[in-house]
Amino acid sequence: MTQGNIVNDMEKIIEFSSKTVVLSVNDIDTDQIIPARFLTVTTKDGLGDGLFADWRFDEDGNKVEQFPLNQDKSDGCTILISGSNFGCGSSREHAPWALVDYGFKAILSTSFADIFRNNALKNGLLPLTVSEEFHAMLTENEGIEVTVSLEKMMIHASNGMKEAFDLEPFSRYCLMNGIDQLGFIMNHEEQINAFENKGQ
Amino acid sequence: MVIQETKETPAILYIDLHLIHEVTTPQAFQSLRDKGLSVRDPKKVLATMDHSTPTLPVNSIADLDIVAEKGPADQIRDMIKNCEDFGIELHGFGSDKRGIVHVIGPELGATQPGKTIVCGDSHTSTHGAFGALAFGIGTTEVGHVLASQCLLQRKPKTFAVNMSGALKSGVSAKDIILKIIQEVGVDGGVGHIIEYRGQTAGLLSLEERMTICNMSIEAGARAGMFAPDDKTFDYLIDKPMSPKGLDWDEAIQRWSRLVTDENAEFDKEVTIDVDRLSPMVTYGTNPGMAMQIDDVVPASNGDLGHKQSLNYMQIEADKPIIGKEIDVVFIGSCTNSRISDLHDAAEILKGRKVSNGVRALVVPGSQAVKKEAESLGLDKIFESAGAEWRESGCSMCLGMNGDTVGNGQLAVSTSNRNFEGRQGKGARTILASPKTAAASAIAGSVDDPRKYS
Ligand code: SF4
Repeated sequence: MTQGNIVNDMEKIIEFSSKTVVLSVNDIDTDQIIPARFLTVTTKDGLGDGLFADWRFDEDGNKVEQFPLNQDKSDGCTILISGSNFGCGSSREHAPWALVDYGFKAILSTSFADIFRNNALKNGLLPLTVSEEFHAMLTENEGIEVTVSLEKMMIHASNGMKEAFDLEPFSRYCLMNGIDQLGFIMNHEEQINAFENKGQ
Repeated sequence: MVIQETKETPAILYIDLHLIHEVTTPQAFQSLRDKGLSVRDPKKVLATMDHSTPTLPVNSIADLDIVAEKGPADQIRDMIKNCEDFGIELHGFGSDKRGIVHVIGPELGATQPGKTIVCGDSHTSTHGAFGALAFGIGTTEVGHVLASQCLLQRKPKTFAVNMSGALKSGVSAKDIILKIIQEVGVDGGVGHIIEYRGQTAGLLSLEERMTICNMSIEAGARAGMFAPDDKTFDYLIDKPMSPKGLDWDEAIQRWSRLVTDENAEFDKEVTIDVDRLSPMVTYGTNPGMAMQIDDVVPASNGDLGHKQSLNYMQIEADKPIIGKEIDVVFIGSCTNSRISDLHDAAEILKGRKVSNGVRALVVPGSQAVKKEAESLGLDKIFESAGAEWRESGCSMCLGMNGDTVGNGQLAVSTSNRNFEGRQGKGARTILASPKTAAASAIAGSVDDPRKYS
């Protein structure tokens, strides 16, 4: 196997703050996050343009004013509050790519679909599961300033409410140190060779 | 398993079979190039073109620009080049092995019990019908598997779906899985792998098991599985990539042991009575919004989005769904495009006509299915009924290749997702079995296939 250069050039994530924007819809699927017609690409660039395209724009391509992301209050927000089971549906990594390209750093919800969650963590996008109560507080206080700390594993809202979150230690370590997970696998080349030689 | 998981680190799972297609791989190949890596074992990669690939004939790459738009055409060229550059055999245009990834894996015998199988596609769960551990991954992970043949994983929870009874005439495997998703909800399986078991499991054919496993992801589960049995072995025995001779005998021994212990405990269980099942259809914008075809549309399912969903669908609560006028019928996708599915549809369409004003599109799951269907004359049945008969591919399942349901149009589709706009911008989708789709094509409105049985 070619070892190549596994560069650890991902951005390190320790702590960030932002106002929040709320999309209180459950089961937001990846076809809504980024419709299939935007997937005919061979790079990750510019996918933010397709983010929630069918909700953000009407048939003539005009912005739908009521849609939260189209309102001034969402300008510069990097934290999205969404309904449960966010990211269900297809395995397209274009969904987290589009969210990241648009500027999001974290999604806070009461639950996430497995593959989306996995994909998000590999792209420096935090899918953070919060309690129903904390979620209700965030939904009722749209725009509230929130600080996410990976170091403390805490979410602090500017009204004094706070909640601890869970994240598997390995993902957290990789995110905080900007480590590419492939490097971890490639460091076990000997064991992979041994496995292939014995079983296959 | 190369390395077991620990509290701090996930397990390193060895992948026996990696399926790839044109839509979720370009950025993975690019990352390999950027890092100066090669593909560790090109022989363990099964590559095809299906998602954005045209279903009109493409005899040469030059044709591509005529039948495909620029985006998909470029993506397909990119796939051809990536496979060439990295030494992977591609089942592309002209290959009689080309088809939807989840149809060709089993058909070629590449899918086998006990294998670990991944693909940058959530419906990889299909392969669990053979007792394989098969699930969808993202593009970053596609890169990991290409480079290392391994994947980082945490152990999932277990979920038993116990099925009893036999399917009645006019009722299909698709109806079983729609019923299951309705019961457990679209997030009921999150974090779990489902084992489909009980008396019904042994009665179902491998193609029926594939239809059920296929939609496990629609219940939120990453994978679904059936224990391998004699039917599994009979299916695999003469397939091109199946073990041969003594290897076959050894394989059967090994595969026969891949059953769950009698007294196994699951993290979650549900029971489904298949005897009492009617044909199912969806009425909303996720696969859990399903109902018996002869019921009235539910006024609520307890979900906040229910009303919005009915608005989008332009379907009224408390009214029957039978008789609802439709514009399109799509028979295809990795859920229902195998030969038995085409048989089911052809039996009903034979000697009958697709209703005026309805567009019916039949897309076989693979070139091999296409050939077999043609040798049985099924294509003629579809064409005489007024349906279109195409080359294989994903087609209208996700509407990337130009085959779409028009804005505002209502389709009865044998695919797996009825999300807003899944089959095209503004498209409305009712999911159903091939039998229900065929009956509806004739009626020009949602119809119960049991009248033909
Ligand atoms: S047929 Fe549909 S669900 Fe199946 S692989 Fe293709 S796009 Fe995915």
